[in-house]
Amino acid sequence: MSGANRIAGAGRLTPARKVRFMFDGEIYTGLEGDTLASALLANGVHLMGRSFKYHRPRGVLGAGSEEPNALMDISRDSARRQPNVRATVQEVFEGMRAGSQNRWPSLAFDVGAVNDMLSPMFAAGFYYKTFMWPKVAWQKLYEPFIRGAAGLGVAPDEPDPDHYSSRYEHVDVLVVGAGVAGLSAALAAAMSGASVILCDEQAGAGGALRYDTDVTIDGDNGYDWAQNTAAKLTAMDNVRVLTRTTAFGYYAQNFVALCERVTDHLSDPHPDLPRERLWQVRAQKVVLATGAIERHMVFADNDRPGIMLASAARAYLNHYGVAVGSKVGVYTANDSAYAAAFDLARAGVSVPAIVDTRDAPGEGLLSTAADLGIDVMTASAVVGAKGRRRISSMTVEGGRGKTQIPVDALITSAGWTPAVHLYSQSRGKVVWDPETERFLPGDNVQASVSVGGCNGVTGLQETVDEAIAAGRSAALGAGKSKRLSLRIEAAGAIDWSGGMSGSARGAGADSTAKTFVDFQNDVTAKDIRLAVREGMHSIEHVKRFTTNGMASDQGKTSNIHGLAIAAESLGRQMPEVGLTTFRPPYTPVTYGAIVNHSRGKLFDPARKTFSHAWSTKQGAVFEDVGNWKRAWYFPRAGEDMHAAVSRECKTVRETAGVFDASTLGKIEVVGPDAAKFLDLIYTNGWQKLAPGRCKYGIMLREDGFIYDDGVVARMAEDRFHVTTTTGGAPRVLNHMEDYLQTEFPDLDVWLTSTTEQWAVIAVQGPKARDIIAPLVEGIDLSNDAMPHMSVREGKICGAPTRLFRVSFTGEPGYEINVPAHYGQAVLEAVWKQAEPLGACAYGTETMHVLRAEKGFIIVGQDTDGTVTPHDAGLGWAIAKSKPDFVGIRGLKRPDLVAGGRKQLVGLKTKNPETVLEEGAQIVADPNQPTPMTMLGHVTSSYWSPNCGRSIAMALVAGGQDRMGDTLYVPMPDRTIEVEVTGMVFFDEKGERVNG
Amino acid sequence: MLLIYCPYCQEERPELEFAHAGEAHIARPTNMADISDEEFETFFFIRSNPKGLAYERWRHVHGCGCFFNAVRDTVSDKFLATYKTGEPKPDIDSLTKKGDGK
Amino acid sequence: MRKYSIFAVAREAMRGHKGWPKQWTSPEPKKQYDVVIIGGGGHGLGTAYYLASKHGVRNIAVLEKGWLGGGNTGRNTTIIRSNYLYDESAGLYNHAIKLWGDLSQELNYNVMYSARGVMMLAHNVHDVQGAQRHIHANRLNGVQNEWLTPEQAKAYCPPLNISQTARYPVMGAALQRVGGVARHDAVAWGYARGASDLGVDIIQNCEVMGIKRGSNGAVEGVETTRGFIGSKKVGVVAAGHSSVLMQMAGVRMPLESYPLQALVSEPVKPVFPCVVMSNTVHAYISQSDKGELVIGAGTDQYTSYSPTGGLHIISHTLDAICEMFPIFTRMKMLRSWGGIVDVTPDRSPILAKTPVPGLYVNCGWGTGGFKATPGSADVFAHTIANDAPHSINAPFTLERFRTGRLIDEAAAAAVAH
Repeated sequence: MSGANRIAGAGRLTPARKVRFMFDGEIYTGLEGDTLASALLANGVHLMGRSFKYHRPRGVLGAGSEEPNALMDISRDSARRQPNVRATVQEVFEGMRAGSQNRWPSLAFDVGAVNDMLSPMFAAGFYYKTFMWPKVAWQKLYEPFIRGAAGLGVAPDEPDPDHYSSRYEHVDVLVVGAGVAGLSAALAAAMSGASVILCDEQAGAGGALRYDTDVTIDGDNGYDWAQNTAAKLTAMDNVRVLTRTTAFGYYAQNFVALCERVTDHLSDPHPDLPRERLWQVRAQKVVLATGAIERHMVFADNDRPGIMLASAARAYLNHYGVAVGSKVGVYTANDSAYAAAFDLARAGVSVPAIVDTRDAPGEGLLSTAADLGIDVMTASAVVGAKGRRRISSMTVEGGRGKTQIPVDALITSAGWTPAVHLYSQSRGKVVWDPETERFLPGDNVQASVSVGGCNGVTGLQETVDEAIAAGRSAALGAGKSKRLSLRIEAAGAIDWSGGMSGSARGAGADSTAKTFVDFQNDVTAKDIRLAVREGMHSIEHVKRFTTNGMASDQGKTSNIHGLAIAAESLGRQMPEVGLTTFRPPYTPVTYGAIVNHSRGKLFDPARKTFSHAWSTKQGAVFEDVGNWKRAWYFPRAGEDMHAAVSRECKTVRETAGVFDASTLGKIEVVGPDAAKFLDLIYTNGWQKLAPGRCKYGIMLREDGFIYDDGVVARMAEDRFHVTTTTGGAPRVLNHMEDYLQTEFPDLDVWLTSTTEQWAVIAVQGPKARDIIAPLVEGIDLSNDAMPHMSVREGKICGAPTRLFRVSFTGEPGYEINVPAHYGQAVLEAVWKQAEPLGACAYGTETMHVLRAEKGFIIVGQDTDGTVTPHDAGLGWAIAKSKPDFVGIRGLKRPDLVAGGRKQLVGLKTKNPETVLEEGAQIVADPNQPTPMTMLGHVTSSYWSPNCGRSIAMALVAGGQDRMGDTLYVPMPDRTIEVEVTGMVFFDEKGERVNG
Repeated sequence: MLLIYCPYCQEERPELEFAHAGEAHIARPTNMADISDEEFETFFFIRSNPKGLAYERWRHVHGCGCFFNAVRDTVSDKFLATYKTGEPKPDIDSLTKKGDGK
Repeated sequence: MRKYSIFAVAREAMRGHKGWPKQWTSPEPKKQYDVVIIGGGGHGLGTAYYLASKHGVRNIAVLEKGWLGGGNTGRNTTIIRSNYLYDESAGLYNHAIKLWGDLSQELNYNVMYSARGVMMLAHNVHDVQGAQRHIHANRLNGVQNEWLTPEQAKAYCPPLNISQTARYPVMGAALQRVGGVARHDAVAWGYARGASDLGVDIIQNCEVMGIKRGSNGAVEGVETTRGFIGSKKVGVVAAGHSSVLMQMAGVRMPLESYPLQALVSEPVKPVFPCVVMSNTVHAYISQSDKGELVIGAGTDQYTSYSPTGGLHIISHTLDAICEMFPIFTRMKMLRSWGGIVDVTPDRSPILAKTPVPGLYVNCGWGTGGFKATPGSADVFAHTIANDAPHSINAPFTLERFRTGRLIDEAAAAAVAH
């Protein structure tokens, strides 16, 4: 048996296909296709959760994604656990574990329910008025308490083992919603030849036809027609039907995001399947067929477990075969709930009364009710409900006075709210229809159209006709015009019009009862009135003050009620008070689906150089530089970083070292005007640089600050090999392209990024030449033939090379550029020469130390975007005679020529053993109180094994005039004395480089 | 994600292929070295930032690499036109009449 | 003003909360004011409040085109911190932090300032250098900020992944313990209530259509959808719309407006105790009192007055969140939204007099204006009242873009080398 409340012969599930699952530690049996809610109801379980603030016992309200109450913790195993899942959406599967939330110690007995008794204190916004004394108590006492009480489920505590997927699609027509309107529109569009995606959040097609069993379409029962139509569409090549797929976000230019739940309903999903799949669909036309959402009645204690929407009760009966009670009361303000009552009565459920707020229900309803023996109490209201964990009776007030009627369920309907969420997200402005008192889609801002219930259409045939026309028109708009003769005859649907919004009779302004508007956030009509009383006159203020509509259902059932109550309190019309903007997502979306493949290794793929494997073999430790992995240092057995770097530094200066410099950006600048162009881009002059020679260049932004630097080699009259910093490569190319294309388009120059084309092996040190000489062909390496700062083309190990004689270490050195695919072979050949001579492999840290010993700056470390060439001691690199270059004017601005600017200098600690901390601040007077006057900061600082002391570079206000001065670096535990010096700490005369 | 029509590729491509490059039609002064501080401020820092039609630059950075100009409504984010660098500003009146043109 | 307290709440609870007065009144605009503030967000309402409470100016109107706090005040991720690098910024934001500490008591309105600590992660050597530079500068400026090892960072924020195999492993973090969050709406409402009580006219649904200047160039008042309102002093505090309003007075601004998105998760029980920011992987996150994970994304790349933005921006942010906090992959995005932020070339605000006599501007806060609200409002009120800046906001001029004396916090973050 799959539950005592399962009615034989009712519903569409197969009794033999049983599924066992656990709820709060007990094992239950449901049927395949059941939602957790339907399966629990079948077992007579109505109490499914506790409310957010008052911890009131709550049952299920709906049968779809609008559910505010029945939120569960669902798990497959410990790592596959998900809080806040709607029991009305989650399908049961064998072995599923479900748990109620926000209760302690148990759902039936929850200590937090004491809040309900204290609820007079907890009116809307009470927390703004209190918890202010004593001051420290907010954070120490009140806030932790509030936080502990708030929150619904418990976040997962293990990394998610599931994976997620992503698809992009371009289609002619996207149809959202596979109810009668969506199916009709999709069919019309598809038969016209358009490519179509039809999606629906439910497990299958049908929409309202799931419960509205009186509908006949083309002679079939409506639900059967829907299944047949969906099958027909699925079979078409130009159609993709996606179920369990929610269109959650409508973005600019008809970009709609869908989330498909692929495995959450399966007991044993194939591990290759993604848990969810994100569809990012760009559609020529979007047809919104999202239907309408039923509203509950707002009356005293309308949140008792067992009180639910009429359409939900009908869905539980007609689709799942579950009676929501044995004695079901009905409370309605419109006709649609009658169908639910009749279906229940016909299924043998006792329906003691239909309480209708109206004097006269729709035609024929009274007689049908009479035939079924249902007492209809018109012009009446339910003014109360008893039963803490399950409703036991309703109190009715009306023509016959006040009566109490025993019930074990109460189904309500205040009317239907068109689901205009996606239309609103598309930036459309909803329009108030005074006649039907509904907000309906206004003008379409994007290429979309709303059809059926979400467009306020009531009649079924009218809906179908409108949908077919919309589907056809969408196809035509996309240029698909196959002949179409499609006529669908439909009749028998419930009437969705009419009803009321706001609080019902007996729940008006003078009522002191708890009449819930927003169940999940425990917002009552009183709260909304209080907000208005306190001056919250915009619906946005009301929403924020009361939190109405801000729960995880985003107000699908509560927004209109809240607005109506606010409007009534203000004595204004609803549209004057405004409707809050609907924001994505329509229903909550798993982060995993949005992130999909961008996890782990694909989060941000690492860039590795040609030497990565070799460096790894040499024991390198890597550091992240931008997206690159660069060899940081090469520790040998027993060495820590300090020891390794010290050894590398000494080895390079004593013998030689091999370093991978490939990440430096490289740009080939070619053309008759190449030198002219570089003259504009760099501060330096390039006309006189002879082919075969290199020069250090600085480029500025227009504002005069250093943007990038690097060595530029002239390969030929019309060809330059430009190098940039590692991080700067893409933006420097962009910067150059920008000027070339837009400011200097007359220059005949081509720019090509060659960063990845060249592997660059730096060989630096006194033995550099000895190492590479045996490998090089066709290049005279002698000092005279190839001096420092020159470049030659030739061969190395048989591979073509651009061989640079350049040095970032102050030692004689070469940078071997070879086409990237030769990199590893050449490196291995170089290493074969280098190792026996006692050379070492070195990494970025040693590179940093060696260049600092020589006072070479690193743009981005010693400069930070506020430093001019003059500040950096590079004034010499600004050509004096050029009429123009980028930055020429910015450099002359008043503050850039003012005295006292921060300038780069060297620092030596008075105690040579003390290594300053990079980033440490420098002061003249160490004894001032805070805030202290800071002169600047340490930009680079190292232990220099070659100097046998610490060295540092710093930006110091007026630094170049402070040579020899003593300054101070205050640290938390001490003050370090430093002397301002020049920046060259090693080989001050610079003789070694020519070695 | 916007769809942007590259006037060089003559194709509509997703925004991810493009880089926004600031306000358009701010020409770099030809006498750069000689302009005043105020003129430099206007050139480099001051921006129209209009609410409504904006002239702006884009680069099809992950495509043809070209910079081009666009007219976009900053309220709806709809493009009214894209055009090649160096071409004059299109006539706004005709564009707004045409509506959602390319 | 009816004083708020636990006793007042208890008394009202006995009688169905029928006795609460309006938090602020909504009078018809007068013909003439001494000061008109354009913009009813936290900064604007706060300015009016301090003008009234500290400078004795009572004849003030705050004009808001929509509803109070409906702009960036009500849309931001409420992060508060003051660990800025430069003296000028540290002075401004630390002034704000001091005011945050007493703001609930000052306003008799619980703004829920919660100093839960703001932790800024370092993921590479360059980040570490930058963080250390900030920490040292902050210490000498009297601004609290400290360095944490990865293990200490994990202890402070247990969901943090500090695995060395992460794409960008956490190498440490700068923690400002006095940093934290506050309740954004309460800031607007608290200032509105305080200002209204001091006689300030708070006028909503009143859009400024023009700024009128006299023959001498000075401000004379504003044209609004509710008629002309005269005032010799007008303060523009309009965030993303500052360019538009200043243009009405003929002043072109060094500003660009961008959409900035944020999102919250479904509420869950306390799992995230502090605020974590990462500039390298681009994300910031905290958990609200209600239990939602509040996550800030970046701006879209193009200027816009449409606060929608693209899904790819949110996606990029969630990539980073799930990389740093792998347990959150199964969490769900409940709501996402956008605001329009006005950005200056140096990413620092403009809080200053303008070339137009009687016109003052408070703008350019970019993505981080909420944290400064009380400090900004206080010194802006001083500037308007005295027609001269307070020493704290004196560096935040419009002129700095001419002289080059920028306060470039973004440049100081520099780039990877």
